[in-house]
Amino acid sequence: MATTTAPTSSQPAPAPQQARHRPDRNYRRKQRWGWLFVAPFALIFLTFLILPLVYAFRMSLFTSTLATGTKFVGADNYLKAFSDPIFLQGLGTVAKFALIMIPAQMLVALVAALVLDNLATWASKFSRLMIFIPYAVPVVIGALMWGFLYSPRFGPASSIFSIFGLAAPEFLAQDNIFGSLVNIVTWQWAGYYMIIIYAALRGIDPGIYEAAVLDGASDRQIALRIKVPMISSSLVMVVIFALIGTLQFFTEPQVLKGVAQGAIPVSYTPNMYAFTLAFSYSQFNYASAISFALGIVVFVFSFIFLFLTRKQSGLK
Amino acid sequence: MKANFLASAGIVAATAVALTGCSAGSDSGGSSEAASCTNTIVNADAPQVTVWAWYPAFDEVVDQFNNTNDDVQICWTNAGQGNDEYTKFSTSIESGSGAPDVIQLESEVLSSFTIRDSLVDLTEFGADDVEADYAEGAWEDASSGDAVYAIPVDGGPMGMLYRQDLFDAAGIEVPTTWEEFEAAARKLKESGDGAVIGDFPTNGRAFNQALFAQAGSVPFEYDSASPQEIGINVNDDGAKKVLEYWDGLVKDGLVATDDAFTADYNTKLVDGSYAVYLAAAWGPGYLQGLSDADPDAVWRAAPLPQWDAANPVQVNWGGSTFAVTEQAKDKELAAKVAMGIFGNEEGMNLGVDKGALFPSYAPVLDSAAFADKEYEFFGGQQINKDVFLEAAAGYEGATFSPFQNYAYDQLTEQLYAMVQGEKDAGQALDDLQASLEQYATEQGFTVK
Repeated sequence: MATTTAPTSSQPAPAPQQARHRPDRNYRRKQRWGWLFVAPFALIFLTFLILPLVYAFRMSLFTSTLATGTKFVGADNYLKAFSDPIFLQGLGTVAKFALIMIPAQMLVALVAALVLDNLATWASKFSRLMIFIPYAVPVVIGALMWGFLYSPRFGPASSIFSIFGLAAPEFLAQDNIFGSLVNIVTWQWAGYYMIIIYAALRGIDPGIYEAAVLDGASDRQIALRIKVPMISSSLVMVVIFALIGTLQFFTEPQVLKGVAQGAIPVSYTPNMYAFTLAFSYSQFNYASAISFALGIVVFVFSFIFLFLTRKQSGLK
Repeated sequence: MKANFLASAGIVAATAVALTGCSAGSDSGGSSEAASCTNTIVNADAPQVTVWAWYPAFDEVVDQFNNTNDDVQICWTNAGQGNDEYTKFSTSIESGSGAPDVIQLESEVLSSFTIRDSLVDLTEFGADDVEADYAEGAWEDASSGDAVYAIPVDGGPMGMLYRQDLFDAAGIEVPTTWEEFEAAARKLKESGDGAVIGDFPTNGRAFNQALFAQAGSVPFEYDSASPQEIGINVNDDGAKKVLEYWDGLVKDGLVATDDAFTADYNTKLVDGSYAVYLAAAWGPGYLQGLSDADPDAVWRAAPLPQWDAANPVQVNWGGSTFAVTEQAKDKELAAKVAMGIFGNEEGMNLGVDKGALFPSYAPVLDSAAFADKEYEFFGGQQINKDVFLEAAAGYEGATFSPFQNYAYDQLTEQLYAMVQGEKDAGQALDDLQASLEQYATEQGFTVK
């Protein structure tokens, strides 16, 4: 602990708040320069994010069927989306994933970060790297790899289980695919969240721990009563990341679908449904509406979560 | 200061121009830019026609075409196989640009694209004149009413590839009817070396549909002349008869239900897990490309088992065509290329010899050389003469729906529910019928 390079607790003093002065010529000129520096980013941002969004939103207000062509329908597609059993079922699926997957990832990440924070040996650096490495594997490659690991023929499961005289579970069967997907995502993302949490832990003034030890706190008490509350804003951020990622669940099931087509239908998650609608069934308009509908759901859930945790995240 | 400001503004403007200029450049690519071709252009002065295709050994066919045609050159791109390519094509149709001039499409998806007005009727460019050059069933699949939307290239008449060694070991005769097939399946299972007679993949799509068709199932009635009307009969007696049969085999554990075209499936095809591969004429080529094969395997080909041996019905699985897209700049030239790539003996022979295609082009299909061709993989058996030529001659064509991809996805879902034991064969097909009728109505069709 002595070698720690954590910054001292002194926060930069807040700049004296000046009354907002009238924009004089000097200020305007500075502002002009600011815009100029922002311009390259703004150009890309507009071209590749804002314009497609506007275009997709416009598309979502029309309907185009195979037999009858395109016409304006206003919010009809949205009404249809929120009463579409396939879309709602997909939302149910990702909600289930959120309930299981986010706590699983948080738990792994938090425990790993707390343990690593307490160690100062070469093993901790090595373990940190090892836990983080799955995040460096591109998602598609990770999912393909797990597809082979789960395979009854190529995967190690059948040989491992046969040592104990058991039959290996069918990871890609309908009943097990949920857990198999949870496992892939946790494997991939726990390391990333661990790094965020670990960085926040390093930012705590070690003097606080010394005080706690003098007061007779045990290691576990320090971890649960001091460290966790002090990094709550980071934890909230991690949950928000995980929540948004889970509601938009796409890549892993889409890749595993290639080896488990029965267990993962084309409309397994809302994003997969939107993708299939647009690119397999040519229903670009309804797919846009589904995408925006999903966007609304993500926004609402994130907002609710941020509202509930406004104290922990320091927003209030 | 002012000068600096102007200079910076100039840089920003230049960057903007460079950015937009770049994107404009790649947009207008395609037909005119030789840089995007996979092949080398022989005659740089001739107009170019862009082609998307995924045939094996297609590079040699393209070179052959470019070397023998001075007035037009093919610029070829492999934009992915099957659905991967259709996804890109579908997006190009929606955006109004980016499609090639000529595109390889399986015959089953043609009406999915004609209904979006994205393919050119080739009759005005002389397609009728070459009709006699093509197998009847294949031509039927590429046309709709009087219109011809594509030129057939290869077909997939079905046969049965089987492991003679496994059959001999279990004392099984080659089945000629489905009844005998079931008996053989039982005998093989009782012999107890772990192999099953074959696989019934729930994601077989065109494979499942072809099996249904053999018992007289006609799932769709559709004619692009009246594009808003469709007849849907996916739960007719033929389909039910076939699916009940397979459901029985599945329930008794006589066949596997592995997903097709996965790494597991590919291995099981050749390592002795399945004794039979119910295959299309492109199947032998597919088998030979798989690794981990059992070195002692003895493969032979036989006709597909029949429901009624006295009245054999031949069916087709897969097969593809060349179509001309509405985005083609010079449609006449594109049509010429679509008809010309495999529409000559040199080109088609390359496809047969190097790409293991089963030709729809009659001069090659009917040639003695093709019939007598001996296949080393099958111990020198003349599989075309023995099996596939007869199957191709008996195939009368099929009609596909303009939302075939959706229909197949739904079929997969229902079949999966069936093999999971959630519903019986009849219920699965009735549910499929209901979902397709609802979809067709939503899409604005009148369901007949």
